[in-house]
Amino acid sequence: MSDTLLGVKDLVVEFSTRRGILTAVDKVSFDLERGEVLGLVGESGAGKSITGSAIVGLIDPPGRIAAGTVHLAGQRIDNLPSEKMRRIRGDKIGMVFQDPLTSLNPLYTVAKQLVQTILTHKDISKKQARDRAIELLDKVGIPAADLRIDDYPHQFSGGMRQRVVIALALCADPELIIADEPTTALDVSVQSQIVGVLKKMCSEHGASVILITHDMGVIAEAADRVAVLYSGRMAEIGPVRDVIKHPQHPYTKGLMGSIPTITQEGDRLTQIPGSMPRLTDRPPGCAFAPRCEMAMDVCRQNHPEEKDVGTARVACHLMRKEGAVA
Amino acid sequence: MLAFIIKRFVQSIVVMLVVGLIAFVMFRFVGDPVDQMVGLETSIEDRERLRETLGLNAPLPMQYWNFISSAAMGDFGTSYQFKRPVADMLGDRLPATLELALVSAIFALCAGIPMGVFTALYKDSVLTKLFQAISLVGISLPTFLIGILLIYVFSVQLQKLPSFGRGEVVDIAGWSTGLLTVSGLKALILPAITLGLFQMTLIMRLVRSEMMEILRSDFIKFARARGLTPRAVHFGHALKNTMIPVITITGLQLGSIIAFAIITETVFQWPGIGLMFLQAVQDVDVPIMAAYLLMIAFLFVFINLIVDILYVVVDPRIRIEKA
Amino acid sequence: MSMNKETDEKMSVIARVLDSDIWYSFTRSKVTMVAALVTFLIFASALFAPIISPHDPFDLASLSLMDSLLPPAWNAEGDPNYLLGTDDQGRDVLSTILYGSRISLAVGLVSVAFAAVLGITLGLVAGYMGGRVDAIIMRVADVQLSFPAILIALLIDGTVNALVGGMDRERSAFTVLVISIGLSFWVQYARTVRSSTLVERNKEYVQAARLIGLHPFLIMLRHVLPNVMGPVLVIATINLALAVITEATLSFLGVGIPGTQPSLGTMIRTGNDFLFSGEWWITFFPGAMLAALVLAVNLLGDWLRDALNPKLR
Repeated sequence: MSDTLLGVKDLVVEFSTRRGILTAVDKVSFDLERGEVLGLVGESGAGKSITGSAIVGLIDPPGRIAAGTVHLAGQRIDNLPSEKMRRIRGDKIGMVFQDPLTSLNPLYTVAKQLVQTILTHKDISKKQARDRAIELLDKVGIPAADLRIDDYPHQFSGGMRQRVVIALALCADPELIIADEPTTALDVSVQSQIVGVLKKMCSEHGASVILITHDMGVIAEAADRVAVLYSGRMAEIGPVRDVIKHPQHPYTKGLMGSIPTITQEGDRLTQIPGSMPRLTDRPPGCAFAPRCEMAMDVCRQNHPEEKDVGTARVACHLMRKEGAVA
Repeated sequence: MLAFIIKRFVQSIVVMLVVGLIAFVMFRFVGDPVDQMVGLETSIEDRERLRETLGLNAPLPMQYWNFISSAAMGDFGTSYQFKRPVADMLGDRLPATLELALVSAIFALCAGIPMGVFTALYKDSVLTKLFQAISLVGISLPTFLIGILLIYVFSVQLQKLPSFGRGEVVDIAGWSTGLLTVSGLKALILPAITLGLFQMTLIMRLVRSEMMEILRSDFIKFARARGLTPRAVHFGHALKNTMIPVITITGLQLGSIIAFAIITETVFQWPGIGLMFLQAVQDVDVPIMAAYLLMIAFLFVFINLIVDILYVVVDPRIRIEKA
Repeated sequence: MSMNKETDEKMSVIARVLDSDIWYSFTRSKVTMVAALVTFLIFASALFAPIISPHDPFDLASLSLMDSLLPPAWNAEGDPNYLLGTDDQGRDVLSTILYGSRISLAVGLVSVAFAAVLGITLGLVAGYMGGRVDAIIMRVADVQLSFPAILIALLIDGTVNALVGGMDRERSAFTVLVISIGLSFWVQYARTVRSSTLVERNKEYVQAARLIGLHPFLIMLRHVLPNVMGPVLVIATINLALAVITEATLSFLGVGIPGTQPSLGTMIRTGNDFLFSGEWWITFFPGAMLAALVLAVNLLGDWLRDALNPKLR
């Protein structure tokens, strides 16, 4: 237990809208070990990014953390005053966003953005900060870093810019990196390079990573464990190998069935009928019940509790039965 | 980048030629220039001679060329009404208008930008509501009504500030300035506020909407996620990006301040070129109208050019070609 | 049956409006509701000015210099016959305001309509024809946009008045004003419509229309217009406020509506001469009316823009 870096417990994020309160994240819990890569997957709108933003305290009004706790290295951080939370952001937790084209300030050189971030968190001289900035760029794989550092963001290619973004996230050697769709906006050929950089940083610095994506391929390549979110709720969480090979939750099964693999040549890709319910009119029972082939009466009435099933934790009424039988 | 500026420069010249054409058509065809210059008793032969010396018998393109080239050298003809060279009259009155416009612009910028930034950052503050109310009034009240209101309060009721004229002026190398005397400065306050209020409102609204747009952008979210101080995020990253469109539009507004000065100068009987132009419109003194049009067009084109160049200086995306 | 269906459709339109975001934001904003009420009241009183105003300010026979410059009725020297006092010619200020706002609104509405028709047409033509026509129209638009509308209106107004001259001015003042204001406001419509037209031009139905022998221009008209109705409505509302201000300003400067049938701006111009002698009511009431009208219309315009563009909020 001493190796647990991040503990998220019963996290609830709500947005108040004109049509009433919208629960974007509903009682999501998970732990993250030091040095571990946790994949967070789900369709768009499933609450992945909002979970990430909630951890770093960047939920903007009208959204708010309505319940639950977030602990980082034993310290509770979800209720910190904004100034204290700001000091944690960038220092203990680094974030990488989806689109490298828009993540960087177009009017500042890369050097200025890096040095500013380093000086915010480290008490060193400007010269030292600049040296460190060059070192970081070098580490994330930018060639001729000492020359390129004075360029503006628009002078870099998309993949190179994402490396700059990662370097910015790493400025203060954070213990946790939250990467929100870090590869989605990039060319396929660049995607695995960026995942490689993230993994390398993680293993070299012993940092933990939350990798938010809807791309199961990226998860399979980089993550140790995977958490599947559906309509703001945890559907299933477990080691990547087990979840991919033996998915328990019917939604996860459907999700795995929709990934093309070379080995399954000839098989047709399965498709989950229907679409995720809007957060405003989520059915009373299990959110997946309307699309689930195996739905029972109880699924439409009660929200299933999370159960340990082998190495995974699954929220599904089927588990009680099968678990008992097995 | 040099090509960009040259292209802009050529465009500016084309605009000037077109405006020149309009001014020429006005000058040539709104009333007969000869009739305007001489009395009824002048004989037909004298009129014909005058026509010849004025070059009015030359082919029209030739006349246009003469008109443009003499205007370019500062010769706008003679006022029908005052029988004085229009260029001299403009020269006499230009300082008054420029001082008024400059002071108003500074007032508009110094008040408008901070108000815009504040209202964008603190959306729920009481002060924000107040600023927004002021901006709504500033955009809804016609300039002349604001002027009248100020005159009524500060000149008629309180009797603190003068309601017309420039006060005492000091002549420095041909430039008559009201900025150096107490009465000159006092006389400047009300007109400057009147003229600047509308611009201030525009700048505030512009800064506010641009700033709010920028604050929602990804790089601001990323800057916050890196734990940068609110100060660095708001006044460094956000404000600098906000300033690009603000520079453009404010620059263009500078020209319209001089045009709007017509109204303010009328309300306050400010002896500038705007008042002169309005009187010329009422008296159909076409040379003054044509000269004013050309001068305003030149100012606009000139400011446009400056703004374009400033833009290049501020925005690295234009300054440095993509690698 | 068909009747039933029709009422059903009507019901559904009403229901849709009541459920829409626009209606929701309307009911949520008290300021907007007040602005709508004020606008409605001013429009109604302008429309019914001949019926509701206590005097006819244009009936020269009823004017008496004995009654000139009377203060408002609540003042000690006031006359209960003239609620808001009288001007220098003995005209009832309240009645003149009602008639004046009629003229101001008429100039505003007609010139906005003129600008909209002109701008939409030019925008459609520019977007549809492309090439040189497009380049010329948009270049003119660019140049004109860099000059303030009021300056352009003043120039056109001044030049035309100079050409028309003397006696005819009084009769032509309205037309001249409408044309000058209309000509100075067309650019925004043209730009909006042009960009929408450019999007539509390459869609397949335009090609299809050509195939079945319909003139593609007509087809586009039918498809582009509904698309641009929202933005055009917003521009028109905000322009109405601007047009009213422009008219008032030109009249105040003495190149707009002449004093015999005064608009609000003309009244303020007259009253301005009496400000120092203490007859504030001649300026104040028309000024307040003008400010209330422009403020209310501006508020409606702002609300409409936000309601149609939720992204901007």
